[in-house]
Amino acid sequence: MPTVSFRVDGVDHTLDVDVRTTVLDLLRERLGNTAPKKGCDHGQCGSCTVLLDGRRHLTCLALAVSYDGAEVVTAAGLGEGHADGLHPVADAFLRNDAFQCGYCTPGQVCSAVGMLDELREGHPSHVTEDLDAEVDPDDDELRERMSGNLCRCGAYVGILAAVRECVASGGEA
Amino acid sequence: MTTRMLGEKVQRVEDDRLLRGQGRYVDDLAQGALEVAVLRSPHAHARIVEIDVDPVLDVDGVVAVWTYDDLTGPMAEPLPLLIPHPALTHGRTQHALAKDEVNHVGEAIAFVVAEDRYVAEDAVSRIRVTYEPLPAVVGVEAARSAEHLVHEDVPGNVAARLEQATGDADAAIAAAPHRLSLDLEVERSASTPLEGRGTVARWDPDAGRLTVWSSTQTSTGVRAAVATKLGLDLGQVDVITPDVGGGFGVKIVHPWPEEVLVPMAAMALGRPVKFTEDRREHFVSSAHERGQLQHVDVGFDDEGRLLGMSVQLWHDHGAYIPYGLIVPIITSTQALGPYKPEAYKVVFESLYTNTVIVTPYRGAGRPQGVFLMERTMDAIAAYLGRDRAEVRAANFIQPDEFPYDQRMTFQDGRPLVYDSGDYPQLLDKLKALVGWDDFESVRQEARREGRRVGIGLACYVEGTGVGPYEGAHINVETTGKVKVAIGLTSQGQGHRTAFAQIVADELGVPFEDVEVTSGDTRRMGYAVGTFASRAAVMSGSAVALAARQVKAKALRIAADALEAAEEDLEIVDGHVQVRGAPASRLALGTVAVLSNPLRYAFDEASKLATQFTVGNPDKPPVEEDDEPGLEGRDFYSPERSTFAAGMHAVVVETDPDTAEVKILRYAVVHDCGTLVNPMIVEGQIHGGVAQGVGGALYERMAYDESGQLLNASFMDFLMPYVTEVPERIEVDHLETPSPLNPLGIKGAGEAGVIPSAALFASAIEDAEGIPIRRMPISPSELYDLRRKAAENAGSVENAGSVESARSEPVETKESR
Ligand code: FES
Ligand code: FES
Repeated sequence: MPTVSFRVDGVDHTLDVDVRTTVLDLLRERLGNTAPKKGCDHGQCGSCTVLLDGRRHLTCLALAVSYDGAEVVTAAGLGEGHADGLHPVADAFLRNDAFQCGYCTPGQVCSAVGMLDELREGHPSHVTEDLDAEVDPDDDELRERMSGNLCRCGAYVGILAAVRECVASGGEA
Repeated sequence: MTTRMLGEKVQRVEDDRLLRGQGRYVDDLAQGALEVAVLRSPHAHARIVEIDVDPVLDVDGVVAVWTYDDLTGPMAEPLPLLIPHPALTHGRTQHALAKDEVNHVGEAIAFVVAEDRYVAEDAVSRIRVTYEPLPAVVGVEAARSAEHLVHEDVPGNVAARLEQATGDADAAIAAAPHRLSLDLEVERSASTPLEGRGTVARWDPDAGRLTVWSSTQTSTGVRAAVATKLGLDLGQVDVITPDVGGGFGVKIVHPWPEEVLVPMAAMALGRPVKFTEDRREHFVSSAHERGQLQHVDVGFDDEGRLLGMSVQLWHDHGAYIPYGLIVPIITSTQALGPYKPEAYKVVFESLYTNTVIVTPYRGAGRPQGVFLMERTMDAIAAYLGRDRAEVRAANFIQPDEFPYDQRMTFQDGRPLVYDSGDYPQLLDKLKALVGWDDFESVRQEARREGRRVGIGLACYVEGTGVGPYEGAHINVETTGKVKVAIGLTSQGQGHRTAFAQIVADELGVPFEDVEVTSGDTRRMGYAVGTFASRAAVMSGSAVALAARQVKAKALRIAADALEAAEEDLEIVDGHVQVRGAPASRLALGTVAVLSNPLRYAFDEASKLATQFTVGNPDKPPVEEDDEPGLEGRDFYSPERSTFAAGMHAVVVETDPDTAEVKILRYAVVHDCGTLVNPMIVEGQIHGGVAQGVGGALYERMAYDESGQLLNASFMDFLMPYVTEVPERIEVDHLETPSPLNPLGIKGAGEAGVIPSAALFASAIEDAEGIPIRRMPISPSELYDLRRKAAENAGSVENAGSVESARSEPVETKESR
C-alpha cells in the first residue's frame, strides 16, 4: 500500500492507502472529516467539493494517490482566521437562507469560494461572451459557474442571492 | 414584553452547524463500523434457481453473508403491508432478501458484511446466481393488457380497484350542454434526496439493547418494525434520526430491507454495522412515483361550470405495494381542488409492474390529480373560448361555503371536508401578481420581436396534517432551559426553529432558551412521522398544547410561592411575575426547582426544594393529581385534515427552432393558514417549485421494455440545477387560519411541487396552441408535437397557423 501525505484544514496527515481510495473516502473514512458529503460518488452532484490546493475539486473523482502532498480545505476549515470562525461566503449563505437539509451545503460553500477566486482571476466560463474582456459577473455567469452543485431541496434562489452578494461585496473570499 | 416569535422570519438554529460541515448524517456516524454491500437483481423478472455464495467467503475482510435461506422467524416473512385498505384485495410485499423470485431490477438478493465498503463490493461481485428470466411487465399499458403477470396469483396485475362517486356523473355528463373527453399521462419521477437511505445499528449485549440510526421520516415506525422483525421488545429498541439529507417522501417507507437486515447483522456479529445506499442503488431499490394514465369525461354549461365529471385512473405502483393505496386515493380525491362539480365519479386501478415500487413523493398523487383537473379546465376554456381564469372562478367553492363537504372519503378514511379557504381572493392575488389581465399585450409585444410566449395557471387544494396524532414533551430544567421533544423527524424543514418559536411564544421564554429534539424514540416514543405536510400542523399543535400545560403548572406553583392569584400572573422573558408588577418575579428555573420536592440538595438552587424548606407538612409533598417536575406532555389528534390551497402562474417562452422552454416569470400565491416562520415557508415553496420545474420539464424514469432503468444516475436523470430554476419566485401569502387546531396552521411542505405539471402544460399550450396531454415534456417532444400539429393542420387544408390551433384543441368533443 502506498503512503500519502495530506494537509487537511491545517493539520498534516500521513497514511497508507489502498490505491483505489478516493480523496473523499480518505477524508471521510480514514481521517474522520465528514464535512464533504457523498451524494453520488460519480462527479455529478458536487456535494463532495473541497478546495484542493486552492481550487474547488470533486473529491469523489480524485484518487488519493494522485494528490499526494496536497493541501485540502473543507467546509469545516474554511472559517479559519475569519470573524466567528465563519467564512464570509458561509455567512452569506446563512443570511440568504441558501439551504434546507444542509447535505449539499458544505460542497456549495466550497464551490462558491473556489468560483469567486476563479472570477477574480478572470477565468472565462461556458457562457462568457467576450473572452478578451473582463468577466461581467452577472446572474448568468454566476449560475453557470455554480451549475455543478445539485441542491435537491431546491434552495437555488437563496444560493444565487448569497453568491451575488459575495460578488457585490468585492468578492471577498 | 417578550417579542412575539410566531410569524417572524427567525434565522434557523440548525444552520450554523450545517454550514460548518458539522451536520451529522447517518453515514457520518459510527466510523469504523462494518459495512454492507447488497447484491441486487439484474433482471426485472426472474426465478432464482441457485445462489452460490462460497467464493465470497474467501475474500479477505468479509465477515458474513446472508441470503433468504439464512433468514428465520419474522425475518423470513414478507415485509409489512403498512397501510392495508379494504379495497386492496391483492396486496403483495417483498421479502427482506428475495425468495425464489425477483420482481424488479435492484431487488435485494444477498447481504454482505465486510470490514469496509470496498471489500464488501468486491465480495458481492463474486456471488454467482443462476436465474431463469421471466417476461417483464413494464408500463401501465403492459400491466393493463395482462399478457404477462407480475405475480402469478394476482389476476390482471390488479392489486386494487376503487370507485368513489357523488351524484350520478354519467347521467349529468350525458345531459350536459357541452362535453369533452381527455386522455392524459404523467410519467414516473422520484424523490432522489441528495442523501440516500442509510442505517447504522449497534447492539449492546450487556444492556440487551439495540440502537438504530436511520435516515428515515419515521423513527417510531422503524422502531416498531425492527422490534417485530427481530423478536425484541419495543423497550429494547431505540431509533434515532440524526440529520437527514432530504426525504421528499421516499424515506417514509419502512422498514426497507436494509433497515431490518443491518440491526439483525449487528446483533448476530456483535459489532456496529452500517449500510449506506449508493446513488445507483437509490434509483433501482428505493421508490418512485407519479406514473399514471388518466381518462376524463366531463360535461359543462356555457360558463364552463362542471355539471358532471367522470375520471378513470390507471396507477402503476411497481412490483410491490407496501404503502397501500395512498397515492391513487389522493389523486382521486384531491383532483377536486378548489372546485365543486355537481356530480363526480372516479375509479382507479392500482397495477403491478416489474419496476421499482411506487410510494409517495412530495405531493403524493396530488400533482397527477391537479394535472387532470386543470387540463380539463383549460380544455373547457379553449372549447368555450373563455378566459382560463374565469372558467376556474365559475367553479370555485365560495368563502361562505366552508366547511365544505366534497362527499368523498380521503386518504385517512375520513370525510373529505375542507375546513377553510378563500379561493376567489387567491385568484385575484395571483392575477394581480403576475399581471394576468395584461398578458395579451405582453404576448403581442413578444410576437413583434419574433418571440413566442405563453402564460399558464394552476390551482390546487392540499389536504395536510393528517392524523392520527403527534405529541410533544416539554421539560423546564432548573437552569431555566426548556427542552422540547417531538416524535416526528426532520429532513431540512427547520423544525427545531419553528417549534422553538411556538414554545417561546406560548410559554413566554426567550427563543434562545428553547431546544428542540426530533425523531429520537428515547425522548418521545409515540409519534407517526413527517409526511403529508403534517409536521407544522400536528407537532406544532402538540407543542403548543404541551407548552400551555407547562405554563399552567408554572403559574400554579408560582402563585403559591409569590402568594398571588394565578390569574394575576404572567410569564415574561422566562420569569413568572405579577402582571404589571415585574419587581416580584420568579425565574422559571426556580419554579422548576420548586416543582420537584427533594430529599437531597446537590447545589444552591436545589436547597430551595428540600423537605425542610418547601411544602405544607400536613399534605403529601406531591399532591395526588400532580407529578414532580415542571413538565408538560400532550398530543394533538385532529378529527380530520386541514386544507391548504394555492395557485401558481408561469410565463414561458418557447424557442421557435429548438422548442426549448424558458421560464420568464413564476408567481405563487399560497394559503397555509397561520405562518409560523415565513422564511421557512418560502424556502419550502422555492424547493417545491424547483422540484416541480424538474417534474414538468426534465425528470422521468426511462425504463426499457425489459425493465432496465436506463437513466439510473444523476448524469442521466435530469434534475434542475441553479441554471434551470427561475432566479426569482414571486410569492404572495393569504392566511385563512384553520379552525381545526390551536394555532390555525395548515401546512406547506409539499405545496410548491403540486401544480407544476399542470401549470407548465397550461403555459406551453398557451404559447404553442397545441394541446399538451402528457408531462413531463422535453424539447424534442414539443418539437414532435409541433410537427404533428402542422401535419394535421395541413391535412384539413388549414394553413396551420398557431392562432387557429390555439382555440381549437384536437379533442373528442360534442356540443348540443
Ligand atoms: S459525490 Fe462527488 S460529485 Fe457527487
Ligand atoms: S439543502 Fe438539501 S440538498 Fe441542498
